[in-house]
Amino acid sequence: MAGGQELKLLGLWESPFVVRSGIALNLKGVDYEFLEEVPGTKSELLLKSNPVYKKMPVLIHNGKPICESMIIVQYIDEVWAAAGPSILPSDPYDRAIARFWAVYIDDKLFPYLRKLIIAKADDEETAEAAEQVIAGLQLLEEAFVKCSKGKDFFGGESVGYLDIALGCYLGWLKALEKLAGVKLLDKEKIPLLMGWAERFCSADAVKELIPEADKLVEFAKMVRARQNAAAPN
Amino acid sequence: MAAAAEKGVVLLDFWVSPFGQRCRIALAEKGVEYEYKEENLSDKSPLLLKMNPVHKKIPVLIHHGKPICESLIIVQYIEEVWSHNPLLPSNPYERAKARFWADFVDKKVAECGTRLWKLKGEAQEEAKKDMIEILKLLEGELGDKKYFGGEKTFGFVDVALAPFTAWFYTYETCGKFSIENECPKLAAWAKRCKERKTVSESLHDPHKVYEYVGKLKKKYGVE
Repeated sequence: MAGGQELKLLGLWESPFVVRSGIALNLKGVDYEFLEEVPGTKSELLLKSNPVYKKMPVLIHNGKPICESMIIVQYIDEVWAAAGPSILPSDPYDRAIARFWAVYIDDKLFPYLRKLIIAKADDEETAEAAEQVIAGLQLLEEAFVKCSKGKDFFGGESVGYLDIALGCYLGWLKALEKLAGVKLLDKEKIPLLMGWAERFCSADAVKELIPEADKLVEFAKMVRARQNAAAPN
Repeated sequence: MAAAAEKGVVLLDFWVSPFGQRCRIALAEKGVEYEYKEENLSDKSPLLLKMNPVHKKIPVLIHHGKPICESLIIVQYIEEVWSHNPLLPSNPYERAKARFWADFVDKKVAECGTRLWKLKGEAQEEAKKDMIEILKLLEGELGDKKYFGGEKTFGFVDVALAPFTAWFYTYETCGKFSIENECPKLAAWAKRCKERKTVSESLHDPHKVYEYVGKLKKKYGVE
């Protein structure tokens, strides 16, 4: 990496949003220092770098913080434009479509994933949340056909913006199947996405960053226990 | 009707929507001619349902027959297709900051504004406190600049927030506070926005907005 450049990523790999930043940095072959946060606490640096939301991930480049995972991905794409393939498509319409689905994933799909983390296996709410996730994934299956244009990824030949936006959740989707006792990744319902998921998780830039489902299950149990023990405020 | 949508630029919109107004302002800033189609939100057109099947919401920009949805995504599309008079800076860090604050407006202002006019009592008080905090944070980002985009540039964040200035009167009246007192720099910025033709021609009179909210309140049974 060019001398004098300082790049730090604050977060936890259990966070799919942090994984997004890691994948983007790997796609560009950029070295960085990972500053691991302690679960349940927020470091001084995190609070100072993201005073508005106080959340991870934060990318700090030469002392300047960039926040919000997909904004970080776009930043990485623009700063290291010359290094590796473009993360966002080059055509403005394709870019708009990629952005649309990334927003859909975070606004519509993620809230149900969050529900499933704390859900009980036989709850009615659990079944409903799972149904919504499956319906969302089916929409994304259709989007995959349009975006991939017959190639391996939403981004075409290589991992792109929308691959990152959705793929970061794959570890959690598998973990939630175990935690909530629901089937989310169904080959019958989303055959193309299942193929894509395998290719995505084995991509060089991705493969070490998606946490094992079992580890995430343990992590979720720990978070739940901590929340139950915490005094209401 | 479908044939007209095949040509040029069409905007499916609703008169008072701040999200639609972002698109109108951006198109005006770029000098792009377009066809404006007013939607009846209680009787959505087949075109809207076809162009935005996922959310069935306005605004939708239709360019060469292809739909783009979500107001800030539409604004970024307009920015990229008509790249003169850029709304975003060229420096990647400044771009990231602009995207951050536009996204902040998206996440915070409308939701809090709705709580402010829809709720009563303690919940409304809380909404008022939240709104003042949100506006103060935005004022902090504005600082002493003429616009969020800088001294000369009416930029991405300005486009994202300007439509909400037509709602300031509603927020102030419902919450019983003065934005000028709480955030004088932001209030001054709002005045400067109104003096800009692209904004004044896209926004409606704040009293009309307040009237519209009054009708919504009746509809939702808020006294």
